[in-house]
Amino acid sequence: MNANASLIPKLVALAIVACVPLSGESFYIEMVGKVLVMAIFAMSLDLLVGFTGLVSFGHAAYFGIAAYAVAILSPEYEAASLWYVLPASVGLSALAAFVIGLFVLRTKGIYFIMVTLAFAQMAYFIFHDTPLGGGSDGKYLNNKPSASIFGWEPFDLTNEVHMFYFVLAVLVLVYLFLARVLQSPFGRVLVGIKSNEHRMQSLGYYTFRYKLGAFTLAGALGGLAGFLYAVLSGFVTPELLSWHESGNVLLMVILGGMGNLAGAIAGAFAFEAMREIFADITKYWQLLMGGVIVAVVLFLPGGLAGVPGRIKRALQGGDAK
Amino acid sequence: MDFASFLIQTLNSLQYGLLLFLVASGLTLVFGIMGIINLAHGSFYMIGAYLAFVLTSATGSLVLAVVLGIPLALAFGAFLEWALFSHLYKRDHLEQVLLTYGLILIFEQLRSLLVGDDVHGVAIPAFLDASIQLTEVMSYPVYRLAISAICIVLAVALYYLIQRTRLGMMIRAGNDDRGMVEALGININMIYRVVFALGVALAALAGMLAAPISSVFPNMGSHVLIISFVIVVIGGIGSVWGALVAALIVGFADTFGKVLVPELSGIVVYVVMAVVLLWRPEGILKKG
Repeated sequence: MNANASLIPKLVALAIVACVPLSGESFYIEMVGKVLVMAIFAMSLDLLVGFTGLVSFGHAAYFGIAAYAVAILSPEYEAASLWYVLPASVGLSALAAFVIGLFVLRTKGIYFIMVTLAFAQMAYFIFHDTPLGGGSDGKYLNNKPSASIFGWEPFDLTNEVHMFYFVLAVLVLVYLFLARVLQSPFGRVLVGIKSNEHRMQSLGYYTFRYKLGAFTLAGALGGLAGFLYAVLSGFVTPELLSWHESGNVLLMVILGGMGNLAGAIAGAFAFEAMREIFADITKYWQLLMGGVIVAVVLFLPGGLAGVPGRIKRALQGGDAK
Repeated sequence: MDFASFLIQTLNSLQYGLLLFLVASGLTLVFGIMGIINLAHGSFYMIGAYLAFVLTSATGSLVLAVVLGIPLALAFGAFLEWALFSHLYKRDHLEQVLLTYGLILIFEQLRSLLVGDDVHGVAIPAFLDASIQLTEVMSYPVYRLAISAICIVLAVALYYLIQRTRLGMMIRAGNDDRGMVEALGININMIYRVVFALGVALAALAGMLAAPISSVFPNMGSHVLIISFVIVVIGGIGSVWGALVAALIVGFADTFGKVLVPELSGIVVYVVMAVVLLWRPEGILKKG
């Protein structure tokens, strides 16, 4: 782990992103803000897929549950307190992840992929079919939460620049938090489970508890991203929980190279950039997107993140394998 | 619920469950034998339905459309296995998920380009376009009975193919131990191609049969895909008979769920799955 060597590029990237509001263009501020939210979401999934080896195909559920929680918990005509709706919505996502984790972690491999997908679909139908969150029409969040504490207001989320920096600050905190978690004994066990779960079990670790911990934490952080999304866009729909969202975030993690937190952030930017560029070229952008995905899997095992290594090996003239 | 409506719902459950079995049996075989998770399986159902629409419009008869469509689906499946899926056998599940997810995007977009995004109806063949009178006000369409009958015939044929023929023996052997089958001099790659093509054709046929009932619409494959996943999980990966039992359970749970608890109908099936997972994490029937 040469964290220090790669620190400078990360700080440069952070500084560049932090300059976006200086443009004064609402369009860019909101767009980059949404990408930052997706980056947090991708990091939360990377904890499962990249570090613990659990390929969850239903991560959008936790994103959507927290997003709906803000919209439902906020009163219609006044702003809710940020210090109440934020922990409440993240807590609900964590609770959902804990309960679903009890079921899905009993399964492995292909089963795990299908069962996480099925539970996410169940959450989707709860919001889609019942009047709880406005059914298939979704629900507006009319008033963004207020950050005031006993009358003092440190920042104002209705201000787009404040909102942007709030999201950016959360992203940095989540990154530092996950980096710390992965250095802890808990994180080491997760990485151990990824490389060989039986070995960890024979070493005496009750791996189910560790996996459940990771699943709950990932759900909570995915919920944090969902919370930010709802506040940023002011609108929630059942589509936030759809399996296309779960697929997209998985794609971000893979584009960035699994098991790499900074990579997950880069993957979110790469995915959104690809989507924007393809949508510019043709309204049939899904065709290009699908083609790129298929080509990456067939010709670039290891994702885009493996490309520099391949070029290096090719230049060294050795056997590329 | 009086007896006549109970009978109607029971017949509907059977028909829906049997139709789902056609989709899920191919999915579970591909999982069990090739170890591949195929998200694009729902697209084959969608493609079948659109084939039925296009071919029925061209030929004027659904029967002719099915007769023409099945060889097309078989060829399409064999081609996909050769061009794409044969490269996935040694990859991990994540890459399989990715590639097949990419395929869904491609198939849906091509569908949009070629046929458009409108909802289309497909006419029921004239000789099946009738109803059986149950009471003075309630009747049951013959076409739905015909679907159930076709599915039962296919299930029996599949049973015969897998349990009683040489090809079926090879398929079952491949399900248990790929290396040993190869060592015995059997061309396992050919078996894979046949099984995959069969799975595609079954899913497409389900789509063709369903087209007159459900009509033909964008993204119709994704719901069927996820329900088929649930069936495979309940039934046990690789078990065709598990898939049959599970498909009937899902058919009944979904149909009666819609009648008895309409607001929660979307989640009834998933609750059933959760209960089965608690009871038997490996599915009702383990592979074999």
